[in-house]
Amino acid sequence: MNDLGFPLLSALIVVPVVGALAIALVPRSNAALVRGVGAATTLVVAALSVWLLVAFDGSDAGFQLGEKYTWIADFGIAWNLGVDGISLFLVVLTALLYPIAVIGVRPHHDPKPYLAWLLLLEAGCIGVFLSLDLFLFFVMFEIVLVPMYFLIGGWGYGERVYAALKFFLFTMAGSAFMLVGIVALAFLHQQATGELTFDLVTIAEAQGSIAQTTARWLFLGFAVAFAVKVPLFPLHTWLPDAHTQAPTAGSVILAGVMLKLGTYGFLRFGLYLFPEAAAYFAPFLVTLGVIGIIYGAVVAAMQRDLKRLVAYSSVAHLGFIVLGTFAFTTQGLQGGVIQMVNHGISTGALFLLVGMIYERRHTREIAELKGLQKAAPVLAGVFTVVMLSSIGLPGLNGFVGEFLILLGSFPTRRWWAVVATVGVILAAVYLLWAYQRVFHGAPDEANAGTPDMDRRERLIMAPLLAAIVFLGVYPKPVLERIEPAVDRLIAHVEASSDFSKPEVAATEGER
Amino acid sequence: MTPAAIAQIEPIATPQIEWFAVSPLLVLVGGALVLLTAAALARSRPPRGFYALFTVVTAALAVACSALLWQRVTDPARGPFTAIGGAITIDGFSVFFAVTITAAIALGALLADDYLRREGLDGPELYVLMLLSGTGGVVMAMANDLIVVFLGLETLSIALYVMAGLHLRRLESQESAIKYFVLGSFSSAFLLYGIALVYGATGSTNFGAIASFLAGNVLASNGLLLAGFALLLVGLGFKVAAVPFHVWTPDVYQGAPTPVTAFMASASKAAGFAALLRVFVSTFDVYRLDWRPLMWALAVLSLLVGSFLAIVQSDVKRMLAYSSISHAGFILVGAEAASDRGVAGALFYLLAYTFMVVGSFGVATLVAGRGDAEHGLSAYRGLSRRRPLLALTFTVLLLAQAGVPLTSGFLAKFYVIGAAVEADSYALALIAMLSAVVAAFVYLRITVAMYMGDETDEPEAVAGPAVRVPPAAALALGAAVAFTIVVGVLPSPVVDFARDAVPALLSAP
Repeated sequence: MNDLGFPLLSALIVVPVVGALAIALVPRSNAALVRGVGAATTLVVAALSVWLLVAFDGSDAGFQLGEKYTWIADFGIAWNLGVDGISLFLVVLTALLYPIAVIGVRPHHDPKPYLAWLLLLEAGCIGVFLSLDLFLFFVMFEIVLVPMYFLIGGWGYGERVYAALKFFLFTMAGSAFMLVGIVALAFLHQQATGELTFDLVTIAEAQGSIAQTTARWLFLGFAVAFAVKVPLFPLHTWLPDAHTQAPTAGSVILAGVMLKLGTYGFLRFGLYLFPEAAAYFAPFLVTLGVIGIIYGAVVAAMQRDLKRLVAYSSVAHLGFIVLGTFAFTTQGLQGGVIQMVNHGISTGALFLLVGMIYERRHTREIAELKGLQKAAPVLAGVFTVVMLSSIGLPGLNGFVGEFLILLGSFPTRRWWAVVATVGVILAAVYLLWAYQRVFHGAPDEANAGTPDMDRRERLIMAPLLAAIVFLGVYPKPVLERIEPAVDRLIAHVEASSDFSKPEVAATEGER
Repeated sequence: MTPAAIAQIEPIATPQIEWFAVSPLLVLVGGALVLLTAAALARSRPPRGFYALFTVVTAALAVACSALLWQRVTDPARGPFTAIGGAITIDGFSVFFAVTITAAIALGALLADDYLRREGLDGPELYVLMLLSGTGGVVMAMANDLIVVFLGLETLSIALYVMAGLHLRRLESQESAIKYFVLGSFSSAFLLYGIALVYGATGSTNFGAIASFLAGNVLASNGLLLAGFALLLVGLGFKVAAVPFHVWTPDVYQGAPTPVTAFMASASKAAGFAALLRVFVSTFDVYRLDWRPLMWALAVLSLLVGSFLAIVQSDVKRMLAYSSISHAGFILVGAEAASDRGVAGALFYLLAYTFMVVGSFGVATLVAGRGDAEHGLSAYRGLSRRRPLLALTFTVLLLAQAGVPLTSGFLAKFYVIGAAVEADSYALALIAMLSAVVAAFVYLRITVAMYMGDETDEPEAVAGPAVRVPPAAALALGAAVAFTIVVGVLPSPVVDFARDAVPALLSAP
């Protein structure tokens, strides 16, 4: 048990599950009660996450508020939770994005199973970020597939069955490699030390108990699973389908939270467990990330479907995060972590806005939308801010992340950083171009009557806009909480590989 | 004969029989005989559901006897022992299988109850045969002698041949029985020939004696023994439906009455694996370098053929049949590891699989409707709207078969993969997990049919054939789902049960 005297981390996982079970018990006909329970549950989780934010000690680089209970004694598996500067904001992001997605978007039919699946998904996502046990992590990482599969397949658009199957099978295939990797890691650790355990910290701190080549193979096993989830080029093909066909709330959670399971996995499990192998494969992964930046941007510019465009922009943004992660500098990793949060906010907001446009016009074809600015000025204004945040305009949150990533990767991955900078410009190209086509000009007959945002929609966009501006103007409280954990991780990589952080970055980091 | 001559005849030494040791068998056989006699003598038809209730009570008694035996064999002061002159072994392993097979009997009886009335076949026969067949399975698990394995196998199989053909008015059922009988007889012949060759090579059919002979002697030419291994593997591979001895499986599973299929897929496979594990992993341990590659090949073929051919099926029963082949591949992964953890993993898998597969075929029993004919994927379309709870049940069981976490199916896969990795069979572990992804596609296709029908055909889907869920079947399905989820979330008791059930190798006294 932790110092709080309350199992806060377990509660973050258990409360959504309880909420889902409660919804399952409410009769189907009572839609208002179903919605009420759903909204209340997400608000409770959000409140718990704020408590977590307050209780978190920003100067401590290690895992905090730990909870550990034996689960399967025979295998040394435990319900082992903990939070550090890297996972803290991802948990908070999830918990705060959820009420917006749940209250802001209503499903077209069957709210009961829809909300139950969404809440189970929330438990799984938060569980991934909090797990400090390899087995528990895998359970959480894999269980999120089921709710998302049913959300896409049950409440999605046109090609939803195809998209849901593709999403499930791609991710499961990646996880297959990771499961073998996890099991192998645990047993090799047992052979070296005599103790069978799946405890992340124990295994990660026992560097050297596994041969270098073996560790590299195992890292690849983990990397495949994370690369599918991120997704890294060329394993990204499930993403545009899943994002486009998912219901709006599904897209928001998929882009806002679930893609981070991959990048978070690279940080927490890739770098921490296999520092030497991560340093060895870093050029390769950074190359894939940079290809993703350029490819995602170019393909996004070609899209005729607004939602698909946003989906491809995720490929580009996630490429940046991978670049920052494998730069191994304080700024690069900090930028990567904060960019995960930023992308969750901006892309989540973009999907909400695209969903609103679809609700009004029943199309997402850019060619059929025109001059919406005249008809719906508030919608256009909000879209502008969110879009500029996604582009990385200084003063908004996207800039902070991208700038730190480029700053951090320049000393160690110079030419990749140079190419990635082009991606910033391309982002402006495809988003501004799309904005022009959708919002500018004189609306034709079909678009002229588009209603503007109503009060509920304004209410759910307001916190997102506030976060976009706040993180863009004053990111310090977030960055200084991320920094100790990130520095500790880099020191861990340096201690176990022949990588050493360049001088410039080191002095910058000590500032 | 004169009294003097009689006095000269040596009395035949009959073995001491410890009745307690065989109590689960006695309960099952006794139950079958009582049921048969009572049904023959009774003047009037018994109340509805009497046969099924009787079978379930018998099974429960057998489990109770097994629990008492378990206490004795896990007591460090007493431990495992042989009985009936060394013919059978009572150890954790045999008790584990007694429980597994008895569970399959109970669940199968619950499914059969309404099915038989629905199809106009009500009578005690199926229950009696199920009890007898299960007895054969338990004998196979208890066997400490190749001849006893054969006796058990025949008891198991002959009852199953009849059960497969029990649906008199369905041609497929008759075809299935004949097919199973002919191919099954072949496989029995293979097994018997294998037994003969192993006897020729080692001079004994007793497991303990064979093992100590193999450990103590180096055979100058071991061709006879290796040929014996191969033939034994063919015979047992047929029973567990491992590729390439699987060709009967889809046809027989499809044609047999669905509750019988459920029993066949669970109990018969469990019994086959019981013999396979005890004979190869335990008895032929010294020769593991010779048989492990064979096991490896069987596992890989079963995994790949089972999961890939399942994809192209359009009949749900055939899909489940092919998926049961790929499950056999997974269990073989545990056997291939040839370690205690591998055996424990295979046991855990079999117990988890028993509940999953009986539950799955149980849903198929209900959806098929009168005539046991509606097994196409289209029969499942829109089931989530017609029968939400049944659809959810099937979904849980299918996801468990796919190996989704927090179900017993995931832990089963985790367990055998762990054993394979520990035995350095990395390639096999990876092939197994990737084939699980392929198999997952099959299970997802069924959930797609249940949940994600096109919006355009929704009105028809809702008005599809009515599916009745009788209480006995609901009980069986509830038990299957509860077991699957509870063991998935809190697996420790079953993990410990499987770990302590590793076979003991005992010589005849």
